Amino acid sequence: MNFKHKYVFLFPGLFVLIGILIFPIIFTIRLSLSGWNSYTPEMNFIGITNYIRLFTDDPRFWESFFRLSFLSVTTVILQYIIGFALALIVWREIKFKRFFRVIFLIPMMTTPVIMTVIWRTFFHESLGPVNDLLGNLGVEPILWLSDPVIAKFTVIIVEVWQWTPFMFLLLLAGLLSLPKEPFLAAAIDGASPFRKFVYVTFPLMAPISIGAIIIRLIEASKIMDTVFVLTSGGPGTATETSSFYIYIKGLREFQMGYAATLSFTYLVIMIISLTIIAKVLTKLMIKE
Amino acid sequence: MKTIKTYVVALISALLVLSPVAYADKWSDQFPHIKATGDIPGECSYDAMSKKNYKGKTLKINTHAVPVMGEPTALHAEQFAKLTGAKVDVTHTPAGDLYAKAMVPFQAGQAPYDIVFGFSNFINDWKRYLEPVPKKYVEMKQMQDVTPSHIGIASWDGVMYQFPVDGDRHYLKYRKDVIDNPEYQKKYKADTGKELRVPQTWKEYGEMAAYFNGWDWDGDGEKEYGSAEVMKKDDLMYAAFYSRSAAYSKNPKTPGGFFFDLKTMKPLINNPGFVEALTDWVAATKYVPPGGINFGLGDEIGSFGGGQTLFSFSWDDAFVAAMQPDSPINNKVGAAQLPGAMKVWNRSTNSWDQGFNQAPFFVWGWAVGVAKKSKEKEMAFDYLCFFANEANHQADIGIGRFGVNPFRNDDFKADVWTQIGWDKDIAQSYVDTLAQMEESKNRVFPLRVPGTFEFNAALATAAAKALAGQLSPQAALDEAAKQWEDILNRVGKDNVRAAYSVGVAMEDNKL
Repeated sequence: MNFKHKYVFLFPGLFVLIGILIFPIIFTIRLSLSGWNSYTPEMNFIGITNYIRLFTDDPRFWESFFRLSFLSVTTVILQYIIGFALALIVWREIKFKRFFRVIFLIPMMTTPVIMTVIWRTFFHESLGPVNDLLGNLGVEPILWLSDPVIAKFTVIIVEVWQWTPFMFLLLLAGLLSLPKEPFLAAAIDGASPFRKFVYVTFPLMAPISIGAIIIRLIEASKIMDTVFVLTSGGPGTATETSSFYIYIKGLREFQMGYAATLSFTYLVIMIISLTIIAKVLTKLMIKE
Repeated sequence: MKTIKTYVVALISALLVLSPVAYADKWSDQFPHIKATGDIPGECSYDAMSKKNYKGKTLKINTHAVPVMGEPTALHAEQFAKLTGAKVDVTHTPAGDLYAKAMVPFQAGQAPYDIVFGFSNFINDWKRYLEPVPKKYVEMKQMQDVTPSHIGIASWDGVMYQFPVDGDRHYLKYRKDVIDNPEYQKKYKADTGKELRVPQTWKEYGEMAAYFNGWDWDGDGEKEYGSAEVMKKDDLMYAAFYSRSAAYSKNPKTPGGFFFDLKTMKPLINNPGFVEALTDWVAATKYVPPGGINFGLGDEIGSFGGGQTLFSFSWDDAFVAAMQPDSPINNKVGAAQLPGAMKVWNRSTNSWDQGFNQAPFFVWGWAVGVAKKSKEKEMAFDYLCFFANEANHQADIGIGRFGVNPFRNDDFKADVWTQIGWDKDIAQSYVDTLAQMEESKNRVFPLRVPGTFEFNAALATAAAKALAGQLSPQAALDEAAKQWEDILNRVGKDNVRAAYSVGVAMEDNKL
């Protein structure tokens, strides 16, 4: 059957795609070539001036990008390790399995901003309960939010707490879908639990692990709410990430043209780096 | 007969005398917020507003988050709705987003809000989108009482764009029960060889704060600290830095600019005066409470107002909060002008001028305007006029968390404050401090130029890096000055100069 009008049925989807993906990207590129700001609110054309500024005169963006890389890679590795461990625990036949599965998922179900406010209260150096408890044990107050190094680890703690359940959920789903035969074969061969994990479970879980890690890396690379609420990027610029910096330039300082330049550059970098990461992980974790 | 006549006359006289009270009670019964004064007659009083009919109309307001300014906005919106029949929608927005939340629709030619709250230093960027305050409001009685400096802050080139609802300045707040305590004075003298007194300079401030840091000096079983300050980047910390810098950098002998040299438009923020102030501030990180480097305005109010520190300097809110009846340090605090310095940088001679210098900083206040594209301008101005009417204003200024601070001549009378329970000498020191600042001839006004937000953000980022130990004070301010040059080039030096000259004229007492 030669149905000439079949392409018409593609139009609704195509319009949606153009509306929510293609148009914003094209608009962002055009905006990035303008000097739109609070005092010249117009789509003038200034060529690649913003890009020259970004690559020659904005170390703060690159610092925030490398900081973001550190934070996202560290948090995702920790989430993967902890999430996998928790998934393995409730994958086995243990008492109150369903109860633990729900408990482990609770952090993910809470609202990130609200939970971050609560964490900020916990970690408040002079009024928060964490230092108070440590003080009772004779420990001097720890500068959770105001020491440039410790503040990064505080952000990591909150991120790991919030998003490990997501990793747990994906990995548990993966574990539950694994075929039983390889495990039976390993049991007949008398493999120890450790060897079973290394030679059976982990390789079988590799495709799911890569998917979970990539999904979380994409999410973690957009980290904004935790930093915004917990530290506002401080002390100094010690916890400022790319998305928070773009937010500052765009919606605090109202440099719309320049913020668009940052956004588009960031998008390109992320597409390239996540593609490379996915390929490297595939090569490392999946053996033909 | 004569007796009856006498009674009638007495009765009529009594009714005449008591009628304002009865009239006031009528409104304070319905609106307990004004129970202390009742309604006060005026063009925008409760009685006057009750005669307006805005039934079927909706007023949309974007204001700050609760409580600072957000709470009085919502309270007066509710009252206004009851009185006029209008529907009032109030949106609350965090301080850092107030600018953008108004600017995005402004630039798109829309008016999702009839009334937008912000800070008075937004005026240069916002004025083209705001409706000038109509003559009838500018000329009304309640406006005549606003101090000239606050009329100046709300206006541009003689046109009022922002309706005065608040007046702000930074000044020193201190624990009177410590500084005036003879035992502590003796101990401080014995330990340091210096007098314990209200600090006259930032160096004295630092020495006393360091001395009273980290021990329980008020006997409440908790450690107290030297100072609570707004040090958190993006949370108004640039204003705190300007306050610390004014004494070192605002030299009455060198008019023509505090932030820039008006002639050359060279940024002055990395001159030795500002560097000295930032060096002091970095030292202050040692005598703030744990985590004090991340204190925003709310933390500062809570810390000093809650009795945690000896000193603080910023807006009135922490002081008023400390003086509220439920405060643990009620009537134990004092107010004074910002500390000075024993030297001030002279950019003409490129050297320090020795001798005492002091310069109050008139930090912007909360400001509010009506969108030019609003379809409900009359109702919007009536709301603002009602917000700031005398009864509401007197009730609002006594509530620390409201963020409504003195800006009228009447506010500078001690009686206003003793009526709400302040000790007479504290009330007097408070109003004297405010009055001295009004009278000073060496004042600093906020930067109100195109791109104000960019300039202040660049400065705040640099100062925050110095406070966090990421850069030295000189390197941090050099970085900020370089960024200011870049911003100047983007915005255009002449554009900035034209706007900046207005502020300089105020600082140089020419306006």
